[in-house]
This record gives sequence, structure tokens and C-alpha cells, in this order.
Amino acid sequence: MSTLSVGQELAPHTFIINRAKLLAYANASGDQNPIHQDEAFAKFVGLENVIAHGMFTMALAGRYISDIAGSAAVKEFSARFIKPVVVPANVDVELIVSGKVLELDERSAKIEITATCGDVKVLGMAKAVIALS
Amino acid sequence: MLNPDIVGRTFTGATSFAVTQESITQFCEAIGEPNFSVAPPTYSIKISLTESEVVLKESGLDWSRVVHGDQRFEILRPIVAGDALLCSSTIESARSVAGNEIVTVRSDLHSGTDLVASSWSTLVVRA
Repeated sequence: MSTLSVGQELAPHTFIINRAKLLAYANASGDQNPIHQDEAFAKFVGLENVIAHGMFTMALAGRYISDIAGSAAVKEFSARFIKPVVVPANVDVELIVSGKVLELDERSAKIEITATCGDVKVLGMAKAVIALS
Repeated sequence: MLNPDIVGRTFTGATSFAVTQESITQFCEAIGEPNFSVAPPTYSIKISLTESEVVLKESGLDWSRVVHGDQRFEILRPIVAGDALLCSSTIESARSVAGNEIVTVRSDLHSGTDLVASSWSTLVVRA
């Protein structure tokens, strides 16, 4: 990891979310709620379409942090699910994740994470604390 | 409607969750993480949310109306293959806001006597 400084903006990364990835995440996480896979069911319960698992979006934000520091360095990670990521059939939805260094000491850094889909913020108050080696 | 008597109570799973390399690899592949040597930071949701579902359903909550409000993890050490993790779930709060029930569950994952990770899930039960 290169040296971080307070206020530093970290380069954004674009993640693709589509139905196939939601199925893979459902199987890996055990969260088989049909609102993440079944369009008719999602619409029946009043959603616009299938939506991504909030925890899938958070996991991708986590991967953004792991790409910077490594998974083993993540000590704290939090987020609020403020808007759903709508995933229509046969569409690759782009999730853009970026970060900013909020706090820094010799042992750790606190990173503020921004995650947007089509200019809409989908995670709120997203932060991670990473250990610096 | 959630039984209010459960607030403050801790429920410990009957059996520990055996972490396999296969399950870590599958989780990594699902999120595009190339390093399979440790579990990604959000992997423990696989254990904690399943336990929360069991506890809250038994307490009368309608899981089909639950949406995830927020999530926090504190990770003392990375989860690795071979871990046997026992999950205890504590209902920290339950309140009603505009007809929706908002429940916060703390999940502690122990390997033997060592705490490995704690997480907090805020779940909103839509009216």
C-alpha cells in the first residue's frame, strides 16, 4: 500500500452488478430472499424490480477497501443502506465506489467510502478502519 | 409483532459454524475478491444473519417483511478456513417508528473462548 495522507481521495473503482452476480452472491451468502432474484416476486411486494442484496453492495465496498489494504487489514466496517440498487434483467448495473482518508495515525487509517449507482448514493455513513502494517 | 421481553436477551447457537475453504472461496468469487486465504470482511454476515433470522422468527417477527437498515462489523482477526465459530445474538433494541419495527441485533462470533468478530445489524420490519 502506498503512503496515505489525511484528506487524500482514493481512485474510484467501478463494479458490475447483474442478475448472475446476485445469484452467485445468494448462493455464497445463503441469503435466498426472492426479491434479489425473482422479478415477479419483487414487483409483487412493491419494488420497482429485482434489487441487489444490501450486503452484496457492502461486500463490493469492502472489496474496494481490500484492494487497497488487503482483507486481513480491515478492522471495522459500517454502512447504512439508503437506496436500493435496482437490477433489471440483462443489464450490467455500474456501482462506483470511491474513498477518502478521514483519519490517520501510525497504526490505522479511517476511510470514508462513497458508493453510487447512476449518481444516486446507495450507501450512507460508509466507513472502514484499516490496520497499517 | 416482536415479543418485547426479548430485548436485552442473548441467544447462543446450538452448534458452531464450521468455516470451510470452499465457503470462503465461493464468497470471494461471488464478490470478485482474488485473495482466498482469509475470509472477506463481510463474510461473517453469512453466519450472523442466519442466526438472527432464527432468533427473531422464534420471537414472532415476520422475516418476510424485513429490510436491512444498516450494518457494522468489528473484526478482531480475519476468519480463516478451519474456524469453528459459535454465534451469540443479543437483541440490543427494538422500537417502533411510524409503524415500522426497528430491531438491532448484536452478533458475537467466538472461536473457543476467543472473540473473533462482532457485528451489529439493524433490521427494519415494514408495516
